Amino acid sequence: MLTEEEKKEVEEELRKNERKKAAAVEALKVVQRHRGWVSQDDIDELSEALDMTPDELDAVATFYSLIFRKPVGRHVILICDSVSCWIMEYERMLQHLTSRLGIRPGETTSDGRFTLLPVACLGACDRAPAMMVGETLYTDLAPEKIDEILDKYK
Amino acid sequence: MDKPLTGAMRSDGQALSLKEYEDAGGYSALRKALKGMTPHEVLEEVKKSNLRGRGGAGFPTGLKWSFMPMGADVARPKYLVCNADEMEPGTFKDRLLLEGNPHLLLEGMVLSGFALDADIAYIFLRWEYRVAAERLERAIEEAYQSNYLGKNILGSGYSLDMRLHVSAGRYICGEETALLNALEGKRAVPRSKPPHPQVSGLWGKPTVVNNAETYCNVPHIIGNGADWYKGLSRTDEGGTKLYGVSGRVKRPGAWELPMGTTMRELLEEHGGGMRDGYKFRGALPGGASTDFILEEHLDVRMDFESMQKTGSRMGTGTMIVLDDKTCPVGMVLNLQTFFARESCGWCTPCREGLPWIVKMLDAIERGEGGMEDLEILQQQTRLLGPGNTFCALAPGAMEPLQSALKYFKADFEKHIRERRCPYKGGV
Ligand SMILES: Cc1cc2nc3c(=O)[nH]c(=O)nc-3n(C[C@H](O)[C@H](O)[C@H](O)COP(=O)(O)O)c2cc1C
Ligand code: SF4
Ligand code: FES
Repeated sequence: MLTEEEKKEVEEELRKNERKKAAAVEALKVVQRHRGWVSQDDIDELSEALDMTPDELDAVATFYSLIFRKPVGRHVILICDSVSCWIMEYERMLQHLTSRLGIRPGETTSDGRFTLLPVACLGACDRAPAMMVGETLYTDLAPEKIDEILDKYK
Repeated sequence: MDKPLTGAMRSDGQALSLKEYEDAGGYSALRKALKGMTPHEVLEEVKKSNLRGRGGAGFPTGLKWSFMPMGADVARPKYLVCNADEMEPGTFKDRLLLEGNPHLLLEGMVLSGFALDADIAYIFLRWEYRVAAERLERAIEEAYQSNYLGKNILGSGYSLDMRLHVSAGRYICGEETALLNALEGKRAVPRSKPPHPQVSGLWGKPTVVNNAETYCNVPHIIGNGADWYKGLSRTDEGGTKLYGVSGRVKRPGAWELPMGTTMRELLEEHGGGMRDGYKFRGALPGGASTDFILEEHLDVRMDFESMQKTGSRMGTGTMIVLDDKTCPVGMVLNLQTFFARESCGWCTPCREGLPWIVKMLDAIERGEGGMEDLEILQQQTRLLGPGNTFCALAPGAMEPLQSALKYFKADFEKHIRERRCPYKGGV
């Protein structure tokens, strides 16, 4: 069940959009902001508000790489695996992250602290390699710098 | 030199406030147009300026606009859409404009909306641009408060509403018809063309889609005139361009320079040349979907027309440099992996072909490829090329592959002969 606050935020998105369905991505993001991910129950409930079938909304949700249909950690690491970062040693950064966190790409640490996801170009190619943690962009990465960054997230 | 796009920006990375933008002459072009010009005159000025779209394909903006149905009896609302999805690997130019001077984009969009008699404008922004999202949101609010947006803008009788749509990943959303599906709350697969968006776009209504950088040029074209704007360029294509360089150069970055600046100037003067210990081998001049160019092409001027001489394209104008210690096969594998993952899956050649290409390149890179694979890869570049797929994603993916097979053939063969990647450490 969506909370009152979530419902209010979804209604706000519906109000801002010309048609209900157009608010689909924003509505999914409302739920994800509060819960970290979007469950089947959430899809069912949201689809009603959006005037869509649950399948229709799920097809939209699963299309987007940044709508999570499975639980994720408290902090999601989006590391850029595109070409400029790859030239600037993305693979070494990824290796450092996986060995430090003890997980592979796509997995979540057992303490639920981090999920690690390789993503497409973050538009910071002049400061490669780059990654985001949550909503913050980090650039010119190096293994030591990654350690310092991760320490900030509990 | 005049820098209409970035000249007024602050040096501390903060956005220009509305007041700072106005003090630097911001919104004066809009006042000028609303007071003394007809929509048709604005359109004609843009046509005369030779402005070409900055989203990658370089379509003449004035010509695109001239296909928008005009007059009292056309379907409404008419839409104006800004493509700020910027997910082409190696491209980081729109970010600079969106973060540094959001009001310039807004003014450009209101002027364009006026020229096209649009009723509603959307900015389609990728989620990852969090800073830009916040600044655009705020700029839109400020513009409403100052009546640069909303009803009866500055008493002119023209009205425009504007909304920010923040997406949630997926490169294909940047393809203009996929983008329209995304805005409608559907899966973001491309639509067949024709009909073009100008005729049947968002919710079937007349729609113009332009790149963010394209719109940012409009205020200066209207404010200073098409002749002034053309004078900024070193070639026939008007204006300045945001160029960029990434890879192992001394000073990677993006700069606003006259249209027609050569690749060599970009690389050496602005990018500072190669880092010590690295040599230039080639580059993708305008993002991941462009053909490689070589050292011998560096003196070509970067504009849409001139770049054809190199067999490549201007694309987004942001160059990705391949150095002599980076494996070209590995680089192409990285590119194809990206395209395979981002394929929307709608049409067969792209959905099935790209993963196959990735598998073959991966085998070659690991030293498990055969010489016959090169012939098959060559065939694939034709099968996934222009005319065989539903949208330009797959043909774009084939550009770096086909040129790599041509220019770096020896590298591919060496991988196959030595059964290993010669660039990887070890004996
Ligand atoms: C797969 C794909 C992705 C694209 N991504 C973008 C993008 O992120 N931003 C953009 O402006 N254009 C992108 N385009 C080009 C758009 O389809 C369209 O041509 C452009 O927005 C038109 O604007 P312009 O005329 O101002 O260049 C993409 C095209 C394809 C095929
Ligand atoms: S070429 Fe690829 S991205 Fe474009 S429609 Fe076909 S499957 Fe989708
Ligand atoms: S390639 Fe990594 S930020 Fe662009």
